[in-house]
Amino acid sequence: MRYDLQIIASWIDPGSHVMDLGCGEGELLSYLIARKGVRGEGIEKNEEKVAHCIEKGLSVLQGDMNEEVLDYPENRFDYVILSQTLQQVYEPDALIRAMLRIGRRGIVSFPNFSHWGIRLQVFFTGYAPVSRQLPYQWYDTPNIRVITLNDFRRFIRQIGLRVLKEAAIDTHSEDRYGRIVRVLPNLRATYGIFMIGK
Amino acid sequence: MSEYIEHDRNGASVGLVRKQFFTFAHPPESLRLESGARLGPVTLAYETCGRLSPAKDNAVLVLHALSGDSHVAGVYTPEDEKPGWWDFMVGPGKGIDTERYFVVCSNVIGGCAGSTGPGSPRPDTGRPYGLDFPVVTIGDMVAAQKALIDHLGIRRLLCVVGGSIGGMQVLEWTVRYPERVASAIALATTMRHSALAIAFNEVARQAIMADPHWNRGDYYDGPKPATGLAVARMIGHITYLSDEAMRLKFGRRLQDKSDFSFNFDADFQVESYLRYQGRKFVDRFDANSFLYITKAADYYDLILQHGAGSAVRAFAKARARFLVISFTSDWLYPTYQSREIVKALKKNGLDVSFCEIEADWGHDAFLLPNPRLSALIHGFLERVLREVRTSPDAL
Repeated sequence: MRYDLQIIASWIDPGSHVMDLGCGEGELLSYLIARKGVRGEGIEKNEEKVAHCIEKGLSVLQGDMNEEVLDYPENRFDYVILSQTLQQVYEPDALIRAMLRIGRRGIVSFPNFSHWGIRLQVFFTGYAPVSRQLPYQWYDTPNIRVITLNDFRRFIRQIGLRVLKEAAIDTHSEDRYGRIVRVLPNLRATYGIFMIGK
Repeated sequence: MSEYIEHDRNGASVGLVRKQFFTFAHPPESLRLESGARLGPVTLAYETCGRLSPAKDNAVLVLHALSGDSHVAGVYTPEDEKPGWWDFMVGPGKGIDTERYFVVCSNVIGGCAGSTGPGSPRPDTGRPYGLDFPVVTIGDMVAAQKALIDHLGIRRLLCVVGGSIGGMQVLEWTVRYPERVASAIALATTMRHSALAIAFNEVARQAIMADPHWNRGDYYDGPKPATGLAVARMIGHITYLSDEAMRLKFGRRLQDKSDFSFNFDADFQVESYLRYQGRKFVDRFDANSFLYITKAADYYDLILQHGAGSAVRAFAKARARFLVISFTSDWLYPTYQSREIVKALKKNGLDVSFCEIEADWGHDAFLLPNPRLSALIHGFLERVLREVRTSPDAL
């Protein structure tokens, strides 16, 4: 499993109730159900991915997470996960608040835009950066948000929420291996993972 | 629903099946219908395939749509040209795997394939009921099915599954007998008909009732209202397909000719197809049953009946796990209607999976072989069986 998902999984208490927003093929959910005995549910936009999840025996529904997240009762979940999707969300504020309405905790991960590699690319080449974490050209990228670890921390504070736990990691997009970055994380981490609460 | 039935290409089949009958509500008892009328005795024609486990925890009840019947899969005789209406879904190794599940399918009351309906003899006169048959509802159909399930000794169904009007029965089961269903699969269905759906049904009914042979429902001794029923069926077929499906299937192609006939024979393939479907339907379906079942579907309103106007409240008692499936080109029960179901289920904190399957074939898509649909149902049932067996007391 992807390294960032391994970190997220390590934060989840056994037997808890988990919602994975943008759950893809259900890799994290399957892992959490098998290893941690969680009750897992997911939302995914892509029909084929949804179908694969349900075929695997996962409870997943097809739809736009920004809308689907609104229909659950308050505090239905222990954790609501948004992994590597925040940079594509049109209204992050609304989504994150909704996550913490339906769940006690939110877990958010995203590629760190202030990684030194990206900074150097902009500085030396003068072109919009393209990296293994953000592999798109400016004209075809689904990533409409440019977020750094510092930005996210400040944003969470500004909207009146709290960061309960965070991990800055150095890994590649689909890589199973990586490491925690403790020194100068905003400069050296490729991804940030945050647990947030009210 | 249409006539796509063909034998499985891989030859997998449940093999020989037999139509069975169960009669209940013998006098002095009777089944009290939602209208207040009483009906009895009541016979249900049904079919089973697969084996009921010793714990009786693997029963799947399949609910058919308007023109279906209890013959869900397999064949009655080795010479049968056509297997049951959902043969591609029900059988060994299929979406509903008869090696693992015990499948039950019964003909609805009001139907004409062995269950008590307007064509059945009245107990007092021995003559067909005709319009004296009381109007039945989706709830009445489900109440009758429950009597059958009791009779079979099944305390809790692993799953109730059906599409279209069968899907309405699925939803009804989950709120009427919540403790009796562990899971539910609702395909291409709705909590209540839209005005559009009612409108098409009404035109179809009018076609039957305008046929002089209909004779206010009393035609069992004479010629049948075949023209009316055929036209009703043609209207139905239009609503089961889609613009795209018709374009692909027929376009403007002509039937066995290179130019127009300049009269009112069937020139276009689509005309010829509809006429053929209409004619074929008349041989196997009773016009009065068509009236009763379409009326039941039009009356059905889960939101009003079980939720006093609130879809969320309507599912308050439901406890099943749900799989809801819609099809992109279904304009009779469009995806938004399935999403309303999903929304109400979510607000009740129920476990729900939903998938909108990309399909060109309109409302009828659930009746056509579709590997994705089979895989979804297969995966969902496996999970439910696993969960039910790990914690048998938890629904």
